Amino acid sequence: MKLPTLAIWILSGATALVVPPACGADIVVSAASSLTNAFSEIGKAFEKTKPEHKVLFSFGASGSLLQQISRGAPVDVFASADQETMDRAQKQNLIVVETRRNFASNKLVVVVPAGAKANLVELNELASTSIQRIAIGNPESVPVGRYAKAALEAINAWERLLPKMIFTQNVRQGLDYVARGEVDAGFVYLSDVSAGNPKVKTALQVPTAKPILYPMAVVKGNGQENLARTFVQFVYSETGQKILANHGFLSP
Amino acid sequence: MLAEALLPLLLTLKVAAWATLAAMLVGVALALWMARCRFRGREILDAVLTLPMVMPPTVLGYYLIVVIGRNGWMGHWLWESFGVNLMFTWQGAVFAAAIVALPLVFKGTRAAFEAVDSQTENAARTLGVSEVGVFFRVTLPLAWRGILAGGMLAFARAMGEFGATLMVAGNLPGRTQTLSLAVYDAVQAGQDDLANFLVVLTSVVCVVILVASGRLLKPKY
Repeated sequence: MKLPTLAIWILSGATALVVPPACGADIVVSAASSLTNAFSEIGKAFEKTKPEHKVLFSFGASGSLLQQISRGAPVDVFASADQETMDRAQKQNLIVVETRRNFASNKLVVVVPAGAKANLVELNELASTSIQRIAIGNPESVPVGRYAKAALEAINAWERLLPKMIFTQNVRQGLDYVARGEVDAGFVYLSDVSAGNPKVKTALQVPTAKPILYPMAVVKGNGQENLARTFVQFVYSETGQKILANHGFLSP
Repeated sequence: MLAEALLPLLLTLKVAAWATLAAMLVGVALALWMARCRFRGREILDAVLTLPMVMPPTVLGYYLIVVIGRNGWMGHWLWESFGVNLMFTWQGAVFAAAIVALPLVFKGTRAAFEAVDSQTENAARTLGVSEVGVFFRVTLPLAWRGILAGGMLAFARAMGEFGATLMVAGNLPGRTQTLSLAVYDAVQAGQDDLANFLVVLTSVVCVVILVASGRLLKPKY
């Protein structure tokens, strides 16, 4: 094969990758990790009502998702696990403000491996020697880490416990570390353990100063605004709320 | 900002240096063995040893968690016998980086050993040099540049290691957060100033290492 022919082949191949195929519109939903199971099910239910459309999900730490959106990721809907991240999105003019609404709430819990001998009764006991490592979402970008940090700061335990902390990239990674027994305790949401994971047990519920409210909004300027709005409405609808409740989320 | 960058830099150099040392010791020994001895399954072993280079880092990270995690077979044994746990420690990062860097040492060294003309070695033997003497006075000096090149590549790879390290050693500032992890963290948190500083620092360090290795590897006639 001559070089120019080869170049044309490569170029046409690259073009096929770059140009999206024309078919029923898809929307991309960036959602907090804790929503993984609930939103996957909501997506399937949504696709049943609108078979010509597809919902693609990108799950991750709310802070990481915000960074992707602010750098121009083609996202249509953003659902975060805290108000702070959504406030930042709003401040950066990334979302359609009137579509912002809270759609679920959650509780912060401490989980321990199912086989753990130590029994925690209060948050202070995380300082005991039987607890060597504590999984916590990185407070810089993971909401569950921020909630947990605030709760620990409220009882002046944050600085003391810092050497034990294992920062995770999202809440589900922390849950996985606890399930594998790599850490002795971890901060996750109540909904993360609602499915009854046999490898972890919930030790205690942690009161948070701010309620854990999940906001959602349509992301500006991706040409799918109407479909995005329909999806958002679907999450607020009875069907959507029922699926969220089945996965252990509380109503906002 | 300098303080925030200095810690990850020093940790990165420490982890990469130990990982390279470990990979060199194991890699050179394995390469010598494979270059010299013919046995069944030699090429399969070669493929297995090359795996860390081609496998996605996440796959490797998962393997490592299963092996050296607290409930992994090796991790469990280490914990029960010595009270050592590699997970979330810089030694764990060294372990991950060494595994990733091993194929680079091993491949380069095996090729270097195989390229040594056996007639030269035989000539030494006819002159009454012992086997150990042949290795250190003939084989090693002739293969040295190939081994060194493998070591340099291993060091570079260990410095940039990200995926497996993130899974095995976590991302603990001041403890296991290497430069590549610190950059990732800064970008995720939207701290672009810190990220800019860190990537420039990383680039400068890499260029220095490449120039230094280029000088070291320059043939001396």
